[in-house]
Amino acid sequence: MLATAESTASRLWPRADRRWLIGPLLLLVGIPLLMLLTSWAQPQPEIWQHLSQYLLPRLIGHTALMLVVVGIGVAVVGVGLAWLSACCEYPLRRILDPLLVLPLAFPTYVLAFIYLGMLDYAGPAQTAWREWFGATPVLLEAMSRPAGVLFILILAFYPYVYLLARAAFAGGGLAAFEASRSLGQGPVRTFFRISLPMARPAVVAGLALALMEALADFGAVSIYGFNTFTTAIYRTWLGMFNLTAAVQLASMLMLFVLLLLGAERFSRSTRVGQAERRPTGHRIRLTGARGWLATSLQLAVLLVGVVLPLIQLLVWAWPQLPDLFDTRLVRVVVNTMVLGLSGAMAVVLGGILLLAATHRTTRKQQLLGEVAALGYAIPGTVLAVAIMLAFLQLDRLAGTTLAGGMAALVMAYLIRFLRVAWGPLDSVAGRIRPQYVEVARSLGVPRWYRLSRVNLPLLWPGLITAFLLALVEVAKEMPATLMLRPFGWETLAVRIYELTAEGQWEMAAVPALMLVLLGAIPVAVLIRSGRVRAI
Amino acid sequence: MRILFFALFLFSLAACSPDSSETPVSEADSSNATSSDQPESEGSAAAEPVRLVVYTSRQPHLIEPLFERYTQETGIDIDYINDNEAALIERLDAEGGETVADLFMTVDAGNLWHASERGLLQPIESESLDNSVPEALRDDQGRWYGLSMRARTIVYHPDRVDPDNLSTYEALARDRWAGRLCLRTSQKVYNQSLVAMLIEHHGEERTEEIVRGWVENLATEPFSSDTRLIEAIEAGQCDVGIVNSYYLGRKLAENPDYPVELFWANQGTTGVHVNISGAGVTRHAPRPEAARDLLEWLASPEAQAEFAQNNLEFPVNPDVAPRGIVKDWGEFRSDDTPLQIAGERQAQAVRLMDRAGYR
Repeated sequence: MLATAESTASRLWPRADRRWLIGPLLLLVGIPLLMLLTSWAQPQPEIWQHLSQYLLPRLIGHTALMLVVVGIGVAVVGVGLAWLSACCEYPLRRILDPLLVLPLAFPTYVLAFIYLGMLDYAGPAQTAWREWFGATPVLLEAMSRPAGVLFILILAFYPYVYLLARAAFAGGGLAAFEASRSLGQGPVRTFFRISLPMARPAVVAGLALALMEALADFGAVSIYGFNTFTTAIYRTWLGMFNLTAAVQLASMLMLFVLLLLGAERFSRSTRVGQAERRPTGHRIRLTGARGWLATSLQLAVLLVGVVLPLIQLLVWAWPQLPDLFDTRLVRVVVNTMVLGLSGAMAVVLGGILLLAATHRTTRKQQLLGEVAALGYAIPGTVLAVAIMLAFLQLDRLAGTTLAGGMAALVMAYLIRFLRVAWGPLDSVAGRIRPQYVEVARSLGVPRWYRLSRVNLPLLWPGLITAFLLALVEVAKEMPATLMLRPFGWETLAVRIYELTAEGQWEMAAVPALMLVLLGAIPVAVLIRSGRVRAI
Repeated sequence: MRILFFALFLFSLAACSPDSSETPVSEADSSNATSSDQPESEGSAAAEPVRLVVYTSRQPHLIEPLFERYTQETGIDIDYINDNEAALIERLDAEGGETVADLFMTVDAGNLWHASERGLLQPIESESLDNSVPEALRDDQGRWYGLSMRARTIVYHPDRVDPDNLSTYEALARDRWAGRLCLRTSQKVYNQSLVAMLIEHHGEERTEEIVRGWVENLATEPFSSDTRLIEAIEAGQCDVGIVNSYYLGRKLAENPDYPVELFWANQGTTGVHVNISGAGVTRHAPRPEAARDLLEWLASPEAQAEFAQNNLEFPVNPDVAPRGIVKDWGEFRSDDTPLQIAGERQAQAVRLMDRAGYR
């Protein structure tokens, strides 16, 4: 491909360096993924015949339904809330804004169990309803059915879209919005013709995170009994003792995701325009009833996504509250933090490298980037097994002792969550004016100085988001932590697993509460500071 | 803010470096455990191991008290890692000869059978274990032994069900129970083992009819846990269900008047379906003798009562009587078909349930 002056200047890294950037990263991330593909070397025709006859049609239907419903749900909720909080002014905005990311602090399986506990037939809500009205509450009934898990997934994953779209809207959406309005365009038309297209990379990045996470989810869907591709993977592995066929299924899932992402990359239209990072517009003032409508919309999401689950957790945790002061729990919390921070740093560093390797390059190279970030779409336990096998193999060949050490675990997080860092970084980088870098270059600023004083600061909002998402993800991560952690290294997620292995979720209320609170701290701190900088 | 970020960055680097320097330490720890020529045992009189490693899928609060007692009595420390059984089996397999695990401990004969099929457990000979654990509850080659027994049986709401109308698992497929039956998901190994045993007794065709009958009688979609199933019976969503007895035991321990009752299924026919939690010595156990000793101790009268009691299960050792709530349920006849059948027929059972539409 011919490198024009423009595209050379706008690259974060010179072209020559890029190959050795993506090379090692792809190698590191790719090995476990390749191990999944090798499963096809042993065909399992008999199992596949059974699967395709009895399971797959239904599962593919369910999975498609999940993708559509959760996709539309997180897009509507996420973009709507992001627009309100980034571009409008209404009562209580400053307080509500950062809180809207909090559902992210709940592991999906915890949220699922909380809601099923509250809403199913034997739960308090339906019981009270039956006592008061003597009839079956239709809506609650429907929500406790297997498909009710879709509601949980929307609730758990909309913050991805919210966070990324919000940053996109805040970074310049307003100025464009005002310009369009001053040219006589209506607000709705402006939103759909100008604001949304400008935020598209961010929305798509958020949507991709949400949908990949939904595809890989096992905990929530199995609590609700909603059978998806993932449950088929586990059924094949645990029920029919066929890990090979299970891994084949997983790799199909992986290829499907890759296809979807590739299609998105190729369909992406030419850039709509680069926005100033420092916005100049004014927030749209929503006054009177409209203002309070906006406030109550946000309050409603907050109530359902944070307040109610938190109350339920507190109710369960109440009898065990003395455990909070158990010194062992303190140790567990410290472990979780150390792992979270080191994991998040690794993930963010990986994300920066991946960005440097793929930013403003050919589509082919970007597709390689998608491959490197695929770990996010693979069910946790399957990926954990692949990573463990890879490390044990490496240890055997190279004589190292990585498996069972902290390094392996941190690398597992990198492989699993690379996309979580790459998405926000990529969407922010897309909005950086190439001129800044070009000016610095023409002034003869040395490369590494340029990198630290120009590129990284420009990427700052993306770095914050990436770090915060990775931190929360790593803290919540369960299967890889269980399998790869050093001996006796307990984290909150491990505690939750130990206490709930037999399905007694109430027993895990204390560590779950700690995990949510711990996740809430960085979410709140970083969002606040992010907002201060954005507007 | 940027300063904070870089501070975090530095902190994490700092946190990483001790980690990486810690890795060899923890490795050293585990190699301490593996090698017999470690300083501690060199110093002591015999080549007595000071530490055992257990891979387990059982909840820590169920096994930890026993491990602590064993340490007190023998001076042997027990380390364990907790994970789900499938992950542990893959881990054992991948580690091969380099594993640090001496004992693999999990629930359900299906899982133990699978681990032994994969060649991950070694046969051991122990007269003591043969005496403590009935034949049906252990592998015929001594690769795994049951340590506690659980019964999967029928529970019902006494206001809505006359126990005279209850008889067998098979009978729950009859029209009488249309819209009244609750089941746990077929994803759970407990149900897979139960259906595997039905196949053993009735053959595949008849069993498929039974399972189809169950599915037709379901009051609602299968549950993800036995506890929720019992709560659904209490709340009136359904009238009968099939659960492991200890789940009801837990409810009764919280509230002795809990309005769901237990019925011993198949007393006039094959006996109630029982399963086990159990353990086996790993193929490449660094300390197989010590692992066998622990296994013997766990099956001995000394440990059995507590082992079963912790989870409201039944002791496997016939010399030990059940206690408390468990005893109040009375004596029952259990299915004495060897449990390894449950493992052998598990995949077959899963397919059958798929065909019958049991999710």
